[in-house]
Formats: sequence, structure tokens, C-alpha cells
Amino acid sequence: MINKHFVLLNDTDNVFVCCKQLLIDESTNLEGVDVIMTTDIVVGHKIARKNVLKGEKIIKYGVSIGSATQDIVFGEHIHMHNMKSDYIASHTRQSRSGEE
Amino acid sequence: MKGYLRSDGRKGVRNVILVTYLVECAHHVARAIVNESSRDDVQLIGFPGCYPNDYSLKIMEGLCTHPNVAGVLILSLGCEGFNREKLANTVEASGRPIETLVIQNSGGTKKTIEAGVKKISELLVSAEAVEMVPMDMSELVVGTICGGSDGTSGIGANPAVGHCFDQLIKKNAICIFEETGELIGCEQIMAERAITPELGEEIMKSVEKAEQYYTQMGYGSFAPGNAEGGLTTQEEKSMGAYAKSGSSKIHGLIKPGDIPSQGGLYLMDVVPDGSPMYGFPNIVDSAEIVEMIASGSHLILFTTGRGSVVGSAISPVIKVCANPETYENLSDDMDINAGKVINGEATVQQVGDEIYELVVKVAQGQQSKSEALGHQEFVLTYKKFEAIGPSCLPTAR
Repeated sequence: MINKHFVLLNDTDNVFVCCKQLLIDESTNLEGVDVIMTTDIVVGHKIARKNVLKGEKIIKYGVSIGSATQDIVFGEHIHMHNMKSDYIASHTRQSRSGEE
Repeated sequence: MKGYLRSDGRKGVRNVILVTYLVECAHHVARAIVNESSRDDVQLIGFPGCYPNDYSLKIMEGLCTHPNVAGVLILSLGCEGFNREKLANTVEASGRPIETLVIQNSGGTKKTIEAGVKKISELLVSAEAVEMVPMDMSELVVGTICGGSDGTSGIGANPAVGHCFDQLIKKNAICIFEETGELIGCEQIMAERAITPELGEEIMKSVEKAEQYYTQMGYGSFAPGNAEGGLTTQEEKSMGAYAKSGSSKIHGLIKPGDIPSQGGLYLMDVVPDGSPMYGFPNIVDSAEIVEMIASGSHLILFTTGRGSVVGSAISPVIKVCANPETYENLSDDMDINAGKVINGEATVQQVGDEIYELVVKVAQGQQSKSEALGHQEFVLTYKKFEAIGPSCLPTAR
């Protein structure tokens, strides 16, 4: 755990995983840097540990879990709106491709 | 630990009488017989379709001769395609009492129910006479599945089950993990854990098959709830799910209904062979649970993040909940709070040891939460498989 809201699963990861929810406009300190949430982040969701460029791999558990579909800034929510699978598309109840 | 000794030498941790219908047309009568008994150990399973299918026959044979099963009553309408004679012969050969009622020959609904109730009381008498003998941990078969996964599953519950699996395998128990479609992205690291390079190749092929199959179906093994819970991609879900397998070597690759003969860790390939024919590989978690039970699982470790409440006929299901908020919300249904890991209150190892202790208790007869709540879900549908290749079960260890 890096603070009471986020955990880092592997030193090589470029994401943190939320373990206690944080609401929009609330701030948290990530490895010495204060950042303000731009959206609600609930348990199990990911935020960026560093700036990530479009096309770059998202690393969690020390392995790639997909690629960024747009530039992502430090502290930003990482989910279906800005990353995708390198294997097979995800889906939600509303959309097969998983776009929000 | 003690188990129920069956005539075929296998030992069970429950003593269940199965009522199994072989076509939907016999479902009502079978259910009425089970309801009439009002006993937790008289349980309903069945197959809905009228067309014959080798896979469903094999699974049904595995279930009806499962070590937790003391006797079987088959309910047939009479004209369906399911090979009831072969099923009855297999059960008889295992030394278990078996009765068959064919509704078309038994005077219809009312009379068949009456006859069934009588048969159940006879089967229960023989079940009560089954001897309990010492049972070693090495005789235990444990399966694991995840359902309703979220971003916490891969952090708390799944690695804790993996730790429990490592302990069970040290005792030479058989442990089964599954769903190659939920291991897409992990094939390389998984193959490296195989006890032979040839087995590693088979594992790689099974995951490639899964990827192709799911791609053709148009959906990955990924539910909307996974996304709401923070999982974004198939490979992210896979990495979390993969943690359930622990760190032991992989001893074999089996298909549903194959029963491993020696201790160790086995991967179950649940994705049908050939081009997609009967639909999604597994339409729901319960279908996977049924397959692991058909392969001999005495009990099932079910990890969840979003929360699932299902149990199963035949073998108890133990719930391991990774998400502390879900645990609080659904605590009546959850056996283990693995949310302590993400809250920093316990380590993965501590929760894994807690799961191990509960496995022993449930194997000794303590009811799991879903079992006590009366959950006995069951799903069996059509599938098609080829037999496993020679490299899948290496004899050298």
C-alpha cells in the first residue's frame, strides 16, 4: 500500500489499484506527489502512476494488461475509455467494444 | 479426517443421493421427488436436451460415480436421446445402488413421483450403511473457480487460494484450476511451469484455442460486472485469475470429466474442440463447477470480488471474497474475508492458511455458507471434445 487509497502491486507497474474509494476533487499523495482526482475512483479501479503515451503498454502485476488508446496523465483513471486489450475486446452491457 | 468409502475404493466427504433427469421433460417429476424428500442430501441434477451428446454422458457418468455420491435415481421420460442404459451400467459397475424410472412406462407424473419417493427411501437406507474410513489429504481433490471478479480478486482472494493450493499439493492432494479463456495472456508463463516441455506446448495450444473460440463467438470471457469492478481487459482479468493456481509445477492438462490419478496441479481445458458448435464454452460459472466436480473435485474454492452466492449439487462450494466492501454487503454468503489483504489487515499467506484450515473442516463435514443456505445450482449443456493427447498427462513426475 502506498497510502490508504492505493496499492502498488509490482515495482515495474505504471498503475496503482484503488483499495479505498476516492471521490472527484479529493486529493491524495502518490509516492510524494499530491494529485487531485478528476473522477470518482472506486475499489478495484486503476490510476496512472506516471504519464503514459498512446500505444504504450499498461503494466500491472509486472506484466502487460493492454495498451493505452490515448495519452494518459499521472493520476488519471485508466479504464476502457483510454486503454484496450491486445487480445480480445471487452464488453459492457451497453457496448460490445466496451467504449464508455 | 474420515471419508465415505465407496465400492470402487474412492472416498467421499459427503454422502449424497442424486436424482437425475435426462431430459427437460422429466425435470418436474424429478424435482417433485427431491422436494418430497425434504433432505439436503437428496439432490437434483439433470440434462435438458433431447439429442445425445458424448460430453454430457461423460460428465453425467463422472457425477453419478463421484466419491461424494452414495446412490442414484435416474428419471427418464422414455423417448429422449440420452443413453440411460449406459449411464445406469456405469453407476452399477462402480458398486453404487442405481434405480431408473421411465415416466412413459410408470403411469405418468403422479405414479412416477410416488415410485420415486419409495426408491429414495430405499437408497437412503443403503447410504446410511456406507462405512466411514480414515481419509488422507492426498486423497482429496479440490477445484477452484473465480466468478464475479473485480480489480480486487487478483490481489486478495486469488493469490490466497494459490497459497492454499501450494499447501494442498505439498500434501499430495489433486488441485484443479480452469477456464483457459480466462488465462488468455498468461499462456507463456503458465507453459513454463509445466513438468515437461511437451505439456507446456499443449498448454500453449489450449489457450490459443480458447482465444480463437472466444473471438469467433464475439465475446471474451469478460462480464460487464468485471468492468464495473475496475477490470479493463481480458488479459488483466486473466492475470488475476491465474494467481489461483499458486506456484506449483503444472502436472497435467485435463478435459472436463477426466480424473487425474496422482497428486499435483492440473489445468482443465474447458473450451470445446473444433469450430464453435453449441455456443459459449461455459454459459455460466455453475457449468464450470459441474465440470470440475465431474473430474472428481470433493469441494470447490470460489473466489469473487463483485460477489456471487452460488453453491452446487454434490460438492460444497467455499466462497473467498476479495473485496472488503462486497464482504461487508454479502457476509452471510462469504466463507472467507480475503478483503483483509487489500485493507492491509492480513497477508496473502495468512488468508491462504485460513482457506486451507476451512478446506479441512468442510472436508470433515462442516457446512460451507452456500451449502447451509441450500444452494445446489447445476448446469449441464452440450459440448464437444476430443480426447487429451499423450503429452497432457506425463507419467514422469
